[in-house]
Amino acid sequence: MAGVLVFCEVKDGKIKKASREALSIGRKLAESAGGELVALANDKSVADEAGRYGAKKLCVANISDYSTEGYTAALKQACDELKPSVLLFAGTSNGRDLAPRIGARLDAGVASDVDQLSWVDGKLRARRPVYSGKAFATVDVTTTPAIATTRPNAFPAEEAGGGAAEVSEVSASADAKAKLLETKAPEAGELTIAEADIIVSGGRGLKEGSNFSYIRDLAHAIGGAVGASRATVDAGWIDHQHQVGQTGRVVSPNLYIAAGISGAIQHLAGMSSSKHIVAINKDPEAPIFRVADLGIVGDLFQVLPALTEEVKKAKAH
Amino acid sequence: MNSVVCISHVPDTESRIKVGADGRRIDETGLKFIISPYDEYALEEAIRQKEKSGGDVTVLTFGPERAAQALRECLARGATKALHVKGESGEADALGIAKVLAAAIKTVPHDVVFFGKQGVGTDNGLVGPMVAEVLGYPQVNVVTHLEVGDGKLTATREIEGAEEVIEAQLPAVITAQKGLNEPRYASLKGIMAAKKIAIDAKSVADLGLSDSDIFNQRVVFVSLELPPEKSGGRKIDGSDPAAAAQEILKYIREEAKAL
Repeated sequence: MAGVLVFCEVKDGKIKKASREALSIGRKLAESAGGELVALANDKSVADEAGRYGAKKLCVANISDYSTEGYTAALKQACDELKPSVLLFAGTSNGRDLAPRIGARLDAGVASDVDQLSWVDGKLRARRPVYSGKAFATVDVTTTPAIATTRPNAFPAEEAGGGAAEVSEVSASADAKAKLLETKAPEAGELTIAEADIIVSGGRGLKEGSNFSYIRDLAHAIGGAVGASRATVDAGWIDHQHQVGQTGRVVSPNLYIAAGISGAIQHLAGMSSSKHIVAINKDPEAPIFRVADLGIVGDLFQVLPALTEEVKKAKAH
Repeated sequence: MNSVVCISHVPDTESRIKVGADGRRIDETGLKFIISPYDEYALEEAIRQKEKSGGDVTVLTFGPERAAQALRECLARGATKALHVKGESGEADALGIAKVLAAAIKTVPHDVVFFGKQGVGTDNGLVGPMVAEVLGYPQVNVVTHLEVGDGKLTATREIEGAEEVIEAQLPAVITAQKGLNEPRYASLKGIMAAKKIAIDAKSVADLGLSDSDIFNQRVVFVSLELPPEKSGGRKIDGSDPAAAAQEILKYIREEAKAL
């Protein structure tokens, strides 16, 4: 058969949002490429949820801790059985770890971090931001399967209203040369910028590291993740995993609020594909205003606390 | 311990990108090329391992003539050997590049193969894990801390909002994340010493590979486009913070529909 196989990551018994997005675009591709949508996960309890997103089958790999070699073996077996036209991963840490590994095993082409996908003339056509969003490359993946990782937030997660996916098992046995020793848990309640719908970012205008509290307070009130400019990371004010831009993460949330960020080209490249952008900066000539939908020329130390209060009030209603 | 560090030579991150005449690639005219920033962390880590326990640090690249500059810079920072596989790597897909690098790596003694987590610019992040697969080695991606021991390594890998500590048998492939270390600059002494080291040059054919496997169009470039210039939206005076905050809230609710 042809069809589309989607690797799904499961957290707390639910399919992660980025994987649901991959399932949703996978279902559309299966409609045009022909064949069924099939999910692969390590938890059979998500058969109902996978079905709601259009998956007819769920291949279950018996793997508890993430293992590159284990999942590669499971994906290889599933691909040998199903012969999918397309193999999709969400562009998460694990998706980006696995896609090239199985790509090399199957001698298949891979398009990374794509924000558009379609089926054109029997090939997978993908658009991907390159040079951190300074340009967009359109590529055709010509192999079977054609492999892609989807950029989180680029595709809507849409239920299709199907019944539970039919469960089958795939073998995940591999002579693993690597093993997980330990997972260091995140700070409680901290959202990550990669998958967040809302990001509140701070830059050098914060003047010192402790003033990231202004950013955190708003992020917490609004339910968003904390982002940062490269300058603040290099100054040691905040950890690198918050960095947005060319040597950080390229993000495209629904709402991006930039405070005290002037907008270096590398930063703009990393966030200008956000759907809604609000900038607060005291310099009316700051480049960030060129990409902002709403710009506030003002003092972030006054505007942010006022906004945090407004958001809290709005949420209380 | 011997290391190989794979280097990609990329346009400076400050560069303005222009589309080339073929409409599919960037115009390289006038662009300054640099060592891809994540590769600098990879190189630094390999040099530190050498300083601790001896051995060689071989820097390896697959690319056109200009890429030799990147190798020269790596030698000046402390790499001990350099291997340049010459060819139009821009015409190969990630797996084609990985096959070339894997074949080259086999010709050099190594315990750990280092990459940056992605080449800045093309931002694929594919070649490191593909090389690991071709060589049959374990991989640890996006590494922020590394200890190399007897026959194995322990690496901390960054994942969404958490970290994983992974133990892998040697030889292994590591891809470096920012934060792994603080890369050094080349010293004058290093620059002088580097001039005495010859860069070993090979072709794809020298490695026993056929062009048809390396440049075989698994991924075909269709077009390259610049994003539409954003004109900028409304800009308002924020001297009254309460009024500005209400204006932002209205935008968030009505336009972004985020609350």
